[in-house]
Amino acid sequence: MSDYIRQETAEEAALTRASAVRFDVEQLLIVPVLAVALAILLGGLTMLATGVSVPTVGQAFAALFTGSFGSLSAISETLTAAAPITLAALGVALGFRAGLFNIGAEGQMIAGGMAAVTVGFSLTGLPVFVHLPLALLAGIAAGAIWGAIPGWLKATTGAHEVITTIMLNLIAMQLTNFLLRNPPIQKPGRHDPVSSSVLSSAELPKLLTWLDPNLRLNAGIIITLVMVLLVYWLLFRTTLGFEFRASGLNPSAARYAGMRSSLIIVAVMAIGGALAGLAGANQVLGVLGRATPGFTGGAGFNAIAVALLGRSHPAGVLIAGILFGALDAGGRQMQVEAGVRIDLIAIIQALIIAFVAAPMLMRAAFPWAFRKNKPARP
Amino acid sequence: MDIELRGITKRFGDLVANNNISLKIRAGEVLGLLGENGAGKSTLMNVLSGLYRPDEGEILIDGKPTRFESAGDAIRAGIGMVHQHFMLVPVFTVAENVVLGVEPVGPLDHLDLATAREQVRKISAEHGLDVDPDAIIEELPVGTQQRVEIIKVLFRSASVLIFDEPTAVLTPQEVTEFFGILRSLRDAGKALVFITHKLHEVLEVADRINVLRGGKVVGEAEPKTATEAELAEMMVGRAVHFQVEKRPARPGPALLEVRDLMVTNERDELAVDGVSLTVRQGEVVGVAGVQGNGQTELVEALAGLRPIVRGSVSFLGRDITRASARERHLLGIAHVPEDRHRSGMVGEFDIAENMVLDSYYDEPYSTGLTMHWPAVHKVCVKNVIEFDVRTPSIYALADHLSGGNQQKLIVARELSRNVKLVIAAQPTRGIDVGSIEYIHKRIIAARDAGVGVLIVSTELDEILSLSDHVLVMFRGRIAGEFDAANVSRSSIGLAMAGAAA
Repeated sequence: MSDYIRQETAEEAALTRASAVRFDVEQLLIVPVLAVALAILLGGLTMLATGVSVPTVGQAFAALFTGSFGSLSAISETLTAAAPITLAALGVALGFRAGLFNIGAEGQMIAGGMAAVTVGFSLTGLPVFVHLPLALLAGIAAGAIWGAIPGWLKATTGAHEVITTIMLNLIAMQLTNFLLRNPPIQKPGRHDPVSSSVLSSAELPKLLTWLDPNLRLNAGIIITLVMVLLVYWLLFRTTLGFEFRASGLNPSAARYAGMRSSLIIVAVMAIGGALAGLAGANQVLGVLGRATPGFTGGAGFNAIAVALLGRSHPAGVLIAGILFGALDAGGRQMQVEAGVRIDLIAIIQALIIAFVAAPMLMRAAFPWAFRKNKPARP
Repeated sequence: MDIELRGITKRFGDLVANNNISLKIRAGEVLGLLGENGAGKSTLMNVLSGLYRPDEGEILIDGKPTRFESAGDAIRAGIGMVHQHFMLVPVFTVAENVVLGVEPVGPLDHLDLATAREQVRKISAEHGLDVDPDAIIEELPVGTQQRVEIIKVLFRSASVLIFDEPTAVLTPQEVTEFFGILRSLRDAGKALVFITHKLHEVLEVADRINVLRGGKVVGEAEPKTATEAELAEMMVGRAVHFQVEKRPARPGPALLEVRDLMVTNERDELAVDGVSLTVRQGEVVGVAGVQGNGQTELVEALAGLRPIVRGSVSFLGRDITRASARERHLLGIAHVPEDRHRSGMVGEFDIAENMVLDSYYDEPYSTGLTMHWPAVHKVCVKNVIEFDVRTPSIYALADHLSGGNQQKLIVARELSRNVKLVIAAQPTRGIDVGSIEYIHKRIIAARDAGVGVLIVSTELDEILSLSDHVLVMFRGRIAGEFDAANVSRSSIGLAMAGAAA
């Protein structure tokens, strides 16, 4: 190594100069931004087509904005909704990076949420700094197991992860319905499916109640930001992330390089499941304080969309997650103020995904935003 | 039918693939089109067969300017292409493949296979293409499949036939037969274009030769008077040394010993059937053979990527029959895979990431989980310079390198570490002559440094110029064994075709 302790030659310096190809502006920025803009525009047209008057449409969009970013409480709501979606989407994005289509974030979130809520109400007399981490860890572990099952099935039998994760989603949902109607999970004295309430020692602390007791933003957003950094580190700074990315981009080359594909598959699915499980724990420990059927609010499914929109990059996932959180928070305001049904938000979200998934369509719709014909050499 | 290309220019973005190319294709003549990979041969032929529209220039058929809007236009005009990779449905019969897309039909859209068969028979008889119309494609040898492709083109009444690297998949004997077919087509008045990078073939069969380099026609040659050296110089732009300069090998003790190896392919058929071989320190062992005779499976088994059914492999006296790819890598076995795009590199990774693709898990590139990118980049810069990988930056994506530089990147990755044995499969397939020379030089340098080398190649020239010891594989067995010092092309050719050595 002694020969490295010398002056860099000009040739060496030139070779390490950063090159521009690392960041594909069109794919990472232009397509998503245009997709969002076009989806909102078409959302407006949908309102007009369903008989909403022009002023109301304007009012609806104003409410969509004020309800998401217009005030401190709006921002609090946006970030509260963004946290679980972003967490689960990080798990999905990790799968995409490794070439796995993990549709199971919803099921993994449910598993994590149920485990967290169980630890959250059943262990009594513990201090916050013991109880809360335990509950979070339970969520992480349950999600990881729920994710590792399809990974293990794929690695050992070749069962396709899309099929197995969808099945495990259904199992998680129905199992939850059963558990919530029966002791020991069901809240004593209740006949509807609802769990006992999480003890205050396991609750994620609210961050802004010193400003206004109604602000729901909780420590889950901090966990989310830490996880964004952690996933970035994992993907781009570790050997494991190197293996994930190599097998995602070229599984054959990864195998030839001596990487163990079965281990990688199980690891990716388990870590992705852990992130989704954390999202579920965040929801029950930070927002709801208990579990009910559908306590995820479909965040596990939106996570797939967010991972796609964020191009499976942790930073992109964070931005896309906040956007979906904003649509969620703003949509509620829109319903209240303009009387436009919140279903419109689902339409806009669906359109965003359709456009992001079809970059050629965006190219045709906005030819001026793209470079002229990239070389299409065979 | 005569065709003239006048001033054809085709650009892809900033790249000029064809730059003002003019050439003539005449009836009753074989035009040899010679050029390296990336010289623009395929682009030009895709222009001629209607797949690409030229940016400038025109195509004249019998003196009349013509525009092709699609491949269909070119076919209707009588231009047919025989692709390097056959476009046949493996489970269909010969007749079904020939009529595919232009099927003769009876009433109610009834597929008239009887007529189809008759037409296939007629065409085969006319041009001496001996093929049974009822044979299933996947059961036919490659040479016969190629004849089916030719019949397909003739069935569409082509009078101009373009052959894209037609000899790449053939044994030397099949090549001779193929040249017979070419000559009979020429004598029947067809206009033929023979695209290749093999000099002796074009000298043997062409009536006229055009040489392409960097998208331009750089020369014409007369096959009767031209020499291989002249053509190579035209093709590459400088004098080329065909013979790799090397001292006689000084083989040391045995390094890799393979005994009665049996390996199956994806379809569970026996692909390697009892192969034994030895590679000693400081020698190059070459495995020749037509593609698909078990070489791929042999290499994968030796690299630890394919389970070994029976037999044993030992390395430095240690049994590694069951060792994983990673374990073999750690023992000092390097592997240059035969298909760099599919398994040699990750195209969307940058050069630095590819440089450590199989050694990232250890010092100095990582400790535990943490990658040390500065260390990776340092070593990468050193290797890129040492192995002459031409790139503006180590952060360029591997996909953006030329084929030759991609291959040099892989060779750099495999040879730069402390290796004892190199297994190289098709180490110079589809790359420019300069890179081929360079990689050959590095392989010989490794040999002289005491490394054992096993080269598997379907290019007989490559095997002959590198090897100290030549083995020929045929149907999963070693069909011939030769000492490189006294071996002839023809005896290897016979072994490649399965005749007892």
